[in-house]
Amino acid sequence: MEDVKIKIRRSEPALSSEWRYEEYSVPVVEGMVVLDAVHYIQNNIDPTLAVRWNCKAARCGSCSAEIDGKPKLMCKTRLDSLGSKITINPIKAYPVVKDLVTDVSQNYEIAKKIPPFTPKQGLQEPWKFMQIDVTRSKEFRTCIECFLCQDVCHVIREHQSNYYGPKHVVKIAALDLHPIDSIDRSELMHHDGGLGYCDITKCCQNVCPEEIRITDNAIIPEKERIVDHAYDPIGVLIKKIKKRKW
Amino acid sequence: MPAKTEYVTLKTDVLIIGAGGAGLRAAIAATEAGSSVIIASKSLLGKAHTVMAEGGIAAALGNVDPQDNWKVHFTDTYVEGVYLSNWRMVELLAKEAPDRVYELERFGALFDRTPDGKIMQRPFGAHTYRRLCYTGDKTGLELIRTLQDKVAHSPARILDEFVVTKIISVNGKVAGAFGISMRDGTFKLIECKSLIIATGGLGRLFKVTSNSWEGTGDGLALAYRAGAVLNDMEMIQFHPTGMIWPPAVRGLLVTEGVRGEGGLLYNKDNERFMLRYSPKKKELDARDVVARAIYQEIIEGRGSEHGGVYLDITHRGAKYIKEKLPSMYMQYKEFSDIDITKERMEVAPTVHYHMGGIRVEPDTGSTNIIGLYAAGEASSGLHGANRLGGNSLTDLLVFGKIVGASAASFAKNSNQIKFDESAVREEIDRILSFTDNSGTNPYQLIDTLRESMSKNVGILRNEKDLTKALDTIKSLIPKIKGIGVKGGLRFNPGLLACLELNNLILSAELVVRGALERKESRGAHARTDFPMRKDDVWRKNIIFTYNDGKNDMSFVEVPELPDHLKELGKEV
Repeated sequence: MEDVKIKIRRSEPALSSEWRYEEYSVPVVEGMVVLDAVHYIQNNIDPTLAVRWNCKAARCGSCSAEIDGKPKLMCKTRLDSLGSKITINPIKAYPVVKDLVTDVSQNYEIAKKIPPFTPKQGLQEPWKFMQIDVTRSKEFRTCIECFLCQDVCHVIREHQSNYYGPKHVVKIAALDLHPIDSIDRSELMHHDGGLGYCDITKCCQNVCPEEIRITDNAIIPEKERIVDHAYDPIGVLIKKIKKRKW
Repeated sequence: MPAKTEYVTLKTDVLIIGAGGAGLRAAIAATEAGSSVIIASKSLLGKAHTVMAEGGIAAALGNVDPQDNWKVHFTDTYVEGVYLSNWRMVELLAKEAPDRVYELERFGALFDRTPDGKIMQRPFGAHTYRRLCYTGDKTGLELIRTLQDKVAHSPARILDEFVVTKIISVNGKVAGAFGISMRDGTFKLIECKSLIIATGGLGRLFKVTSNSWEGTGDGLALAYRAGAVLNDMEMIQFHPTGMIWPPAVRGLLVTEGVRGEGGLLYNKDNERFMLRYSPKKKELDARDVVARAIYQEIIEGRGSEHGGVYLDITHRGAKYIKEKLPSMYMQYKEFSDIDITKERMEVAPTVHYHMGGIRVEPDTGSTNIIGLYAAGEASSGLHGANRLGGNSLTDLLVFGKIVGASAASFAKNSNQIKFDESAVREEIDRILSFTDNSGTNPYQLIDTLRESMSKNVGILRNEKDLTKALDTIKSLIPKIKGIGVKGGLRFNPGLLACLELNNLILSAELVVRGALERKESRGAHARTDFPMRKDDVWRKNIIFTYNDGKNDMSFVEVPELPDHLKELGKEV
């Protein structure tokens, strides 16, 4: 098989604002993925090339990058699905640490703000609930935190807003659909979480390597919950009456 | 680039190295006990190798098979560990497993259910009853996310993408750890009263492995150099089923859950060969048995097209397979263009787990170094000569909790041990010596080592091959003095490789020396030149102690079962 030419954006912003593309020639082995090619470069050409990776099995969500302009996991993108010239950039939504590694720490800060699983009180233990209730939440629990959905979200890329981003709406959906959870997180998403900024362009859904239907099954239902919670006139009236002390 | 030699000092009661299941569970226990906690992790939080655990977590809940109880779980684990385990660790595991699983559920984990709404349990290799609680084939991910969330909402401080390079100990007492924060490229000293090692295993010692990049034996080397005793180093588990084709994904795990859900193994003659090797337990015998059977088929010429055997689950139907084994479906579709609902998988054994590791006290997880603890795959004594599938996740929760609580309680009653700054200065010099431009590339030496280990320290071992591996290791030792890369401290994979190579080579030497010494076959350690198990001579652990630059080997008898456990064998 012929070699592929791989162009990688190299930079270390803490040392210099300059960046450059470097091109490497990599021999191809059958079934090879982009991450294998990056490893080849690391092992044989330049050991300082920075890349974040763990499992090389599409389970951990570490090796997100933009491959020929498309946000993808490097470990899940086969070379034979690409041409003989490939360009790899770090994901764009986050500041670059070095080369292909970005600083995604703000996601961990957001995670702290989302109220954790809080079980209903007074249930008999061990809990009993049905498989259908598990299945409903499961889709969102497959999230591998690769942050590709955050990367393509134009609200996060281009606007200064408080929107947490699709990944975190998925987390909230996973919690909300837990059959024993007792917390309503729609108030949080309405205000602090900035869900109103999302205008459902479905970009996030299209890049999810776990094929979570982020917009259809997490964002839109969460928006509907917010509408029910904050804008439904009858609902608002009932809430007011309930709150009043008789 | 001028080398930076300054460092930041942090202080904590309990320092935990590793943020997999054991490290996170320990952090929860330690913060609940009121200790300040720092978790230092080589990877980003939530990316630990635990996410790769697929099949489930073993606990005798008896939800599907009401006859199951801790006694049967004890016996299964102890017997399949081939009488090399520490009985007390096995007892703790079997007894506490149900509590830890229900606790994880209370923390927010969602397990698949039985028709009447209880936690579902699937069969697994050499577990007498259906015992594995699971979330499809992503149980490890569910476990990590649940614990990660719990820790994120706790006062524990997380230093992720932080590489610990040295544990500082003074006169057999732990004082802290030193390392590099990869993201900002700075050195940090962490002073602590107690320290827990939860760094996982050493699968990356081999070329064909299911392990992620983290498994380079770091924790073992750190603890060992600080004076801790290592145990059963020769005991390495091959998972019977790893992917084999295409070459780029060779070694990637195919969960035992496939066989748990009814998957059958065939050779190229379409013979269901496990009927021959294990008429009773068949595909679901212990991993050492199934791995050896597959290997035997392959070397005797009955292997598949690419040198494996076939694993067939197609008879379960597409809907069932996609529901129960979604990752496997994805994995084969994406990486090998195979639809496992219609076609057979090709599989071969892959290095999966290290039963050996840091020797610990069962009830506390403490080591011989005061204030130093270990849990999970980095520790040793629980699984003996062979680990049962599903017992690893149980191990993380049961012993993670135990070790977190005991390290916290130790910290509460102790003072920070003082140490001389020269220890830190020496470590900085050592690390910076690898950033000298003129050094040789560490990756090539790592490749040589991994190649030799996979070739010579395999499923079937013998003196000749093991000696070859030892010779390779010996030839590499002088060479690693000259390794180095350019670049600085910030996210420099080459520098990490230099540091890891020192850990790998140490682990490799101990694995091979242990394997040469154990002149019998037991569990995962199978010697063609000593095919019999020799209980009269070898019911003992081989242990290693670091002594002034030398690796001293000695032996400890495996403790006899106490009366209350001896009875169990007769009962179950």
